[in-house]
Amino acid sequence: MLLIWNRPGFTEELSEQDRTALFGEVDEIMKELTETGELIGGQALANPSQTLTVRLVDGNPEVLDGPFMESKEQFAGYLAVDCDSPQRAAEIAARWPDVRYGGAMEVRPIMDEAGTEM
Amino acid sequence: MTGDRTVEDLLRTFAPQVLGLLVRRHGQFDRCEDAVQEALLAAATQWPGQGVPDNPRAWLLTVATRRLTDEWRSESARRDRELAVARREPAYAGVVPAADAEPAVPADDDTLTLLFLCCHPALPGSAQVALTLRAVGGLSTAQIARAHLVPEATMSQRIRRAKQRIEAAGARFTMPGPAERDERLGTVLRVLYLIFNEGYTASSGPDLRRAELTGEAIRLARILRGLLPDDGEVTGLLALMLLTDAHRAARVGPDGELVPLAEQDRSRWDAAAIAEGVALITEALTWSPPGPYQLQAAIAAVHAEASTAAETDWRQIVALYRLLARIAPNPMVTLNQAVAVAMVDGPRAGLALLTPLDLDERTAGHHRLAAVRGHLLELAGDVGAAREAYLAAARGTTSRPEQRYLEVRAARLTG
Repeated sequence: MLLIWNRPGFTEELSEQDRTALFGEVDEIMKELTETGELIGGQALANPSQTLTVRLVDGNPEVLDGPFMESKEQFAGYLAVDCDSPQRAAEIAARWPDVRYGGAMEVRPIMDEAGTEM
Repeated sequence: MTGDRTVEDLLRTFAPQVLGLLVRRHGQFDRCEDAVQEALLAAATQWPGQGVPDNPRAWLLTVATRRLTDEWRSESARRDRELAVARREPAYAGVVPAADAEPAVPADDDTLTLLFLCCHPALPGSAQVALTLRAVGGLSTAQIARAHLVPEATMSQRIRRAKQRIEAAGARFTMPGPAERDERLGTVLRVLYLIFNEGYTASSGPDLRRAELTGEAIRLARILRGLLPDDGEVTGLLALMLLTDAHRAARVGPDGELVPLAEQDRSRWDAAAIAEGVALITEALTWSPPGPYQLQAAIAAVHAEASTAAETDWRQIVALYRLLARIAPNPMVTLNQAVAVAMVDGPRAGLALLTPLDLDERTAGHHRLAAVRGHLLELAGDVGAAREAYLAAARGTTSRPEQRYLEVRAARLTG
């Protein structure tokens, strides 16, 4: 699983040209991963201002509105890929354009329901 | 319902033979496969109602060939096509015999050749597995995708690309020469074992469907053994699969938790599968030089023959592992060997075998190493260190049932 972290709304600050280039890069990577059969799925998350947070307050669950602080990195979406190695997953993550704009990609294996005989 | 089963069995037996024959005659794996799929679909809809034809293989071959030629005819100019094919796929020149030529080898050999083609060295392992299941096993793309827990679109891409890579590599549809054949047979065995393990490592619950991979691997290994009865490793692999699969009912507890070999209820092991596996490996070892699959099967047979874990002939297992480590050295073999050595010479002797594995990049930090170390430390009475090792293993695994098992082990050592 490739977790995408970036500063919410950073694309709004880009020039038209840079923004088009960024989305073009994303499309290209997605197309390539579809062709190699490595892409399993992915979702982009809406702006953090649309966040609801559920916490226990005085023993009762309470639903709190966002938004979170928008100046720091937030979880922005994910890509699920089926790769031969963690190195290959990291290679895909390194090409994700958000990284160039101060974002970060977190690469984490997904737990499997299968297990070997011990 | 038994009628349906017969049709399905027939189709799965003949599909690889028909596909093999078509590919040998015409090349173009991709198109031949599509044509065979259409013929299978026609058979599956017509046979149950109209009855199975006298010669089902000939029927399938005729229908598939017609589909293939229909497609070719419908393409633009025949000359253009032939020129284009000749330019694009020169490797096929000379392997396409006249349409009326009788096959020079029996049809069963086509299944074998098809198996060798699907395990082509130009393909990555995951593609070899997918293509083998589809072309030789006759599983649908949807079934293969479900078994691998990936979307169908992903799997169909993987299969499509695998076919293209075979074409691009100019794979000739002929049996490889003797030297290459041995090498390719090794790949075929590895792919079948991979398919088996993909099915077998699945636990209960949502992954029960992966059992179809286990069954398919065993079925294909049986076919392979029928084709190559003189190969000890082919027999060894079939025996190993049967002996391992025999544990299936006992290896997962009521809540989906993994039950280790030593704690399994042996009355739930599949006695018929064990009897067959033991007979196969015992017989094979009398005439074949022992290879890795035969030795692993022999180890599984020793486990199977003990009525309780305590009665296991560990000395014999240690001897077999020693032989295996010499023929096919591998850190995972050392890991299992350490457990057996601990049972014979005590846990400290087993732990000593693990030390070099910390320096081997294939095992350093691997959760299996930590899990085995935890087990041996527990046997040695070093409770604190055992607990640490189990927890490290639990953090390192990406398998949920394994994680549960390891956390339970660690928790038992607390207080």
